[in-house]
Amino acid sequence: MTATVSTYCSFCGGEAATGDHDRCRARLSLIDPPRYCPECARRMVVQVDPMGWTARCSRHGETTSASRAQR
Amino acid sequence: MTASTGTARQTGQGTGGDILAVAREQVLERGEGLSEAQVLEVLRLPGERLTEALALAHEVRMRWCGPDVEVEGIVSLKTGGCPEDCHFCSQSGLFDSPVRAAWLDKDRLVEAAKQTAKTGATEFCIVAAVRGPDEKLMEQIRAGVAAIRAEVDINVACSLGMLTQAQVDELAAMGVHRYNHNLETARSHFPEVVTTHTWEERWETLQMVRAAGMEVCCGGIVGMGETLEQRAEFAVQLAELEPDEVPMNFLIPNPGTPFAHLDVPQGPDALMTIAAFRLAMPRTVLRFAGGRELTLGDLGAEQGMLGGVNAIIVGNYLTNLGRPAEQDLEMLDSLKMPIKALNDTL
Repeated sequence: MTATVSTYCSFCGGEAATGDHDRCRARLSLIDPPRYCPECARRMVVQVDPMGWTARCSRHGETTSASRAQR
Repeated sequence: MTASTGTARQTGQGTGGDILAVAREQVLERGEGLSEAQVLEVLRLPGERLTEALALAHEVRMRWCGPDVEVEGIVSLKTGGCPEDCHFCSQSGLFDSPVRAAWLDKDRLVEAAKQTAKTGATEFCIVAAVRGPDEKLMEQIRAGVAAIRAEVDINVACSLGMLTQAQVDELAAMGVHRYNHNLETARSHFPEVVTTHTWEERWETLQMVRAAGMEVCCGGIVGMGETLEQRAEFAVQLAELEPDEVPMNFLIPNPGTPFAHLDVPQGPDALMTIAAFRLAMPRTVLRFAGGRELTLGDLGAEQGMLGGVNAIIVGNYLTNLGRPAEQDLEMLDSLKMPIKALNDTL
């Protein structure tokens, strides 16, 4: 996944600019990997392993906990 | 409520005397777990007695289990698409959950076991979201367990749903050390949580697992709308099973599930439940599992470790993330709780 445009909420898939996503952000910061592609809101295939996660969007590719941490 | 009953609830004075005084003699000194009525008395203790209950539960754990903490990692081999309707679970294919189906390949499975072993963990549990394993899954388990046992110094556990006798026998023969199958909640509450199979079907699998010589891991989730009476019922039903390990989860209300609307369990309520379960099962491995990050936070996790818990899952869970493993290991170090070594018996 190349761009980091967060058009959509990675937790609920809603438009990031619309509505209240405080709870979504809290969940993402504590216990949830991203579930929706932030660029297109497609549900991603997510694999959680003991020390990280990978999330793959069929259109926008893969991101990982390691790559997210580097941003 | 009568005045006398009100006084009893406020102080913990039941008909047999103060419940924590009774537990001190019965559980701490004699190693005899609390009855259902007694567990309920503990669960009904007022909040100001939580510290006292946790302290006693910690004494019981130290007396009957010792100071060691069993560390475990878990991984989801097959995620999502489950045909069952466990109302707490984001992996059911029957709900509109954001979790999509995924399979972990053997290389990543072995890598996950290696990562887990590096933390000092002695247990690695392979989990699949299924009703029970089909031949494709069993083939993956055969290959995965063999590869882990060849490359990683760690006990392998599995959690694959309901088993046939042939599957139980095969898992035992391939060296699976422990089998996890949670009863999830009290028998009386189970129909409110799962409708696609019964509590009794789960119980049957657990009996086969025990008879085949594998260790039994069986726990559940706190906060799924059960009453305190049902929570006490569950503690005693678990005690009757005599599991080697009881993982305690706290509900994570996941989007799309029927329990998405439920509140996250409150920390003090969860901690009193931990103490009560320890007093019901003085000798079992009582493990912190999913949901503790939301329910208890960092401080609550420490209180739990000093309140009867003697095992933890480090790192991430199946679909949710946990605290960084280093954070939990530092916590154990600061609490001067040694990590159980491989082949030690708790």
